[in-house]
Amino acid sequence: MSTIEIEAVDSQRVNWHSDEMKARRKSRYAAERRLKAYGMTAIIFALGFLAFLISSLVYTGHKAFTQTVATVSIDLSAAEIDRSNLMDANWRDIVRDALRAQVPDLTRRQERAYFDLFTSSAPFLVRDTVIKEPSRLDGTSSFTIPMSDRADQLAKGEISRDTPEDQRRISDEQIGMYDQLVSKGLISSPFNWGLFLNADSRFPELAGLAGAISGSFWSLLVCFAISFPIGIAAAIYLEEFAPKNRLTDLIEININNLAAVPSVVFGLLGLAVFLNGFGLPRSAPLVGGLVLSLMTLPTLIIVTRVSLKAVPSSIREAALGVGASKHEMIFHHVLALAMPTIMTGAIISLARALGETAPLLLIGMNAFITSPPDGIFAASTALPSQIYIWADSPERGFVSRTSAAILVLLGFLIVMNAIAIFLRQRFERRW
Amino acid sequence: MSGYLILFLAAMALIVSYFGVFRASRAATPAGAVRLKQHSRPIYHGLNAAIWTAVPAFIFLLLWLMFQNSVMNQLVIASFPGAEAMDAAAKSLQMSEIRQVAAGNLFRQPTPEVAAAAEHLRSLQSTSMYLMAALTCCIAAVGAFLGFKVISPRYRARHSVETAVTVFMMFSSLVAIIITVGIVGSLVFEALHFFARVPVTEFLFGLRWEPQIAIRADQVAGQGAFGVLPVLYGTFLISAIAMLVAVPTGILSAVYLTEYAHPGFRAVVKPMLEILAGVPTVVYGFFAVLTVAPAIRDLGNAVGIPSSPNSALATGLVMGVMIIPFISSLSDDAFAAVPRAMRDGSLALGATKGETIRKVLLPAALPGIIGGVLLALSRAVGETMIVVMAAGLIAKITANPFDAVTTVTVQIVTLLIGDSEFDNPKTLAAFALGLVLFVITLCLNLIALRTVRKYREKY
Amino acid sequence: MNMMSEAAVEKALDQKMNETAYKMVGRDVSVYYGEKRALFDVNLNVRENTVTALIGPSGCGKSTFLRCLNRMNDTIESCRVTGKITLDEDDIYDPQIDVVELRARVGMVFQKPNPFPKSIYDNIAYGPKIHGLARNKADLDQIVESSLQKAGLWSEVKDRLHESGTGLSGGQQQRLCIARAVAVSPEVILMDEPCSALDPIATAKVEELIHELRSNFSIVIVTHSMQQAARVSQRTAMFHLGHLVEENDTDKMFTNPDDQRTQDYIMGRFG
Repeated sequence: MSTIEIEAVDSQRVNWHSDEMKARRKSRYAAERRLKAYGMTAIIFALGFLAFLISSLVYTGHKAFTQTVATVSIDLSAAEIDRSNLMDANWRDIVRDALRAQVPDLTRRQERAYFDLFTSSAPFLVRDTVIKEPSRLDGTSSFTIPMSDRADQLAKGEISRDTPEDQRRISDEQIGMYDQLVSKGLISSPFNWGLFLNADSRFPELAGLAGAISGSFWSLLVCFAISFPIGIAAAIYLEEFAPKNRLTDLIEININNLAAVPSVVFGLLGLAVFLNGFGLPRSAPLVGGLVLSLMTLPTLIIVTRVSLKAVPSSIREAALGVGASKHEMIFHHVLALAMPTIMTGAIISLARALGETAPLLLIGMNAFITSPPDGIFAASTALPSQIYIWADSPERGFVSRTSAAILVLLGFLIVMNAIAIFLRQRFERRW
Repeated sequence: MSGYLILFLAAMALIVSYFGVFRASRAATPAGAVRLKQHSRPIYHGLNAAIWTAVPAFIFLLLWLMFQNSVMNQLVIASFPGAEAMDAAAKSLQMSEIRQVAAGNLFRQPTPEVAAAAEHLRSLQSTSMYLMAALTCCIAAVGAFLGFKVISPRYRARHSVETAVTVFMMFSSLVAIIITVGIVGSLVFEALHFFARVPVTEFLFGLRWEPQIAIRADQVAGQGAFGVLPVLYGTFLISAIAMLVAVPTGILSAVYLTEYAHPGFRAVVKPMLEILAGVPTVVYGFFAVLTVAPAIRDLGNAVGIPSSPNSALATGLVMGVMIIPFISSLSDDAFAAVPRAMRDGSLALGATKGETIRKVLLPAALPGIIGGVLLALSRAVGETMIVVMAAGLIAKITANPFDAVTTVTVQIVTLLIGDSEFDNPKTLAAFALGLVLFVITLCLNLIALRTVRKYREKY
Repeated sequence: MNMMSEAAVEKALDQKMNETAYKMVGRDVSVYYGEKRALFDVNLNVRENTVTALIGPSGCGKSTFLRCLNRMNDTIESCRVTGKITLDEDDIYDPQIDVVELRARVGMVFQKPNPFPKSIYDNIAYGPKIHGLARNKADLDQIVESSLQKAGLWSEVKDRLHESGTGLSGGQQQRLCIARAVAVSPEVILMDEPCSALDPIATAKVEELIHELRSNFSIVIVTHSMQQAARVSQRTAMFHLGHLVEENDTDKMFTNPDDQRTQDYIMGRFG
């Protein structure tokens, strides 16, 4: 009887090898493979987008790193130039005469088309070069004159010769003149230093990032000078000193919320308080830096608190044990040990601030300014707002400049993040 | 000037602290006497003296800089002929003209009154500058003297320095509250001005948003051209498209990375996903305009749907990609927080990995994931550059994702770019929109943070 | 079953235990965690309708061996198993073998109760659902009820089947986990220190349950409590430093062990 009972239990057992069970397992494994495939697809989608983004920027942007120029020799000894007043000499005619000599025998109408191949600021460029090097006045010397946007586009193949004439911005006649210049060996396309050395300009061939880069530099300097000490001080207080009460709870909630407030709201704050309230100058890196520091502060406080928390209590007890005051314990030991992590966090938040655009637009750091700022009070743009300005410009030449500016910005971001990663790996302690 | 003053204060503090240390060590060992027991090390005496020197003077300097402009404006405008008859807006307009003239930016010959006022302002400015420099130096000198005088072996300099440091730290931690108060204060203040011209109900429930028209004929400002609903609709349409892209992609990639991927694969792919979050939004905006939007428009036209070059679909798609890493990394955290025992329990019952993920991990991690999605949504709503560059300017309510819509952030930026005099409804409307944006994102953040925190407490 | 006296059942089971073939057989089982070797050529068999206790000081490899029996070690990245383990003559490390099926046939109960954050009903129904053991809702209800009954939990929870499983007390949670394992009708149940997180009263209940489960399942239990091993098991295996020291009838093990180390451990000289 007992055996019967026990076998009855056995017979209840599932037959795992039945066809039904096998089919079921097969479909379960198929579902498993599908989920895995979905996950892989999601990753491929995201990374594919990233690859597409970067490669399209490189594709459109790399051309802006060279600039088509014409090298023209000008004999200044023959020209009538008042050496005591170089500024007001008739540079326009001097340059035009020199250019005429390269492609002779043009009608007046043709001449106008011909001059359109060169940047319209050519006289000013020649003037500035001569003022810098007055020795050039004594003889013939060669000047580098950037080609205008349309000629540059033609040289870079952005404008195709196969396009019907009425659909491109450069006429057959102009192409002919350009080819003459090429055959004379006057055209070259060196590295575009102007992209880094010039400030903004209405003309793509002259526009550069010098103003934007120094504007970003000053803004970040202000941002760092304000947010770093205040952020660390606030974090130390909240982590080490603050009593647990409603006020500190409120502060904590505030910090967490501020970290997620849209950046454009900080721009509104800057506009209403710094510009309208305190009357600080518009478009100044000072105000930009102030606004950015308000934005980075919460993140910095959070990062610093985490790294302070990571320092083990044994270190604190050891310091207190040898008679250090609480302040000495924190500043000599805890903060020193947490510093690499804090620096890493600070650099990463500065990198974020560098890419931030919206608040800068509201405080006017998107102005058209043709000289780099000489301090934190001068009107200026910043790298991301320069990108915004150029992206909005109608000239074809600004498309590749914008991509190039983005590549420069991404370059700065990569360098900053690399430094942060280096710091982390070199100095960070694992407890 | 103020820059030099700050440098001067720093230098003075350095010198004072040096002599303070010197004096303190001398005080400890008077000539021919035994070494006295000092309470604090000399360095603290030096620091204490430096704090006395620089801090009060610096605070004075800051306050002066903060308030000098408004005080001078008051003085100048008060003495301006006919000022009593002007309202606040006219006063500020008049004042900005006087400022321009005083700064030497002449657009046309100023009237004699203006020229006189500008002269007045200029003299005030120079007086203020000298007064500020003199007073700052005085305060610094008095501070240095006092700080120097207290040095004695008995004096508890360390306590004094530490108290000063603690006060600074307390103040710093209050900055978070000050910022919030500043945000709420400025938004509410300007929004109230706006609501004085446009009724709140019109703003909240109006179906037309045409701020440009309202400017041209000032008196129609209150006639329904400032209805926020179409703008909100656009914001949520674009955010919804973004979430539709980002939520499945983010969660699925987190699933793959945490549960299936080889550690080496994960170590490479995870940082690459994070790069998507590190790319500045202005870059996404440019990419959307240059590449994605034309492609989407062509697609729409190809299937016969009327398409705009600024389609909501293109904007939402790019924004969605930007948000993927947020959702992915927060879901990653949420999965990692589910105890290993849950996983083992399910696997030990003969569940496949996929079944474990779908039926055990996902439900267990759901609150964390929802929190992450809400945070991401708040980001999408507040995201500015992508929409400013790629979305439309005209507010309309449409169900066609290939059509252009506008968003709250686009309107804020377009209303405030260019001139921003604080006396027209166009500028003030931007602040009202800012208030709406702040309230929406605040609610989303609070709910999200609460969800995440509750979830953390659970495990 | 009620028709037989307790003693008769015991006797029938003991008889079956002695005459039948081994349910699971382990031959020269070694386990490596990366470079580190955790088990050394263990030869140990699991008999049907038997409770086999694995004892030994902590870190001796008893849990590692247990986790080999349903390949839970697969979830640890660096873990490698050599040797041969069979279940009814099938090599469970054969690539042909389906680990999902294996784990359904060899269930497991963990040290800490780990109910899913779902209702009590869903906790039990989870296994049968994924394996397709129930044709319809009534079937599933039936499985849930009988599993809970087998785990002695039915009377305590039958009125709150749809409340969360995590709301139960520790002992109830552990019995819920046992019921969850039972619901898939496994052939072997592995228990990894199932009572270590429980208070004495809950422990007594679980031990009683293990005793009853013996009539339907083969059970392998890891325990650090010698008293528990003596109370619940028929066979005991003693591990030390990754080696199997001795395997014997529990009665013999605790009265007259063959190996000196077993004796020392049982007497409390180390461990």
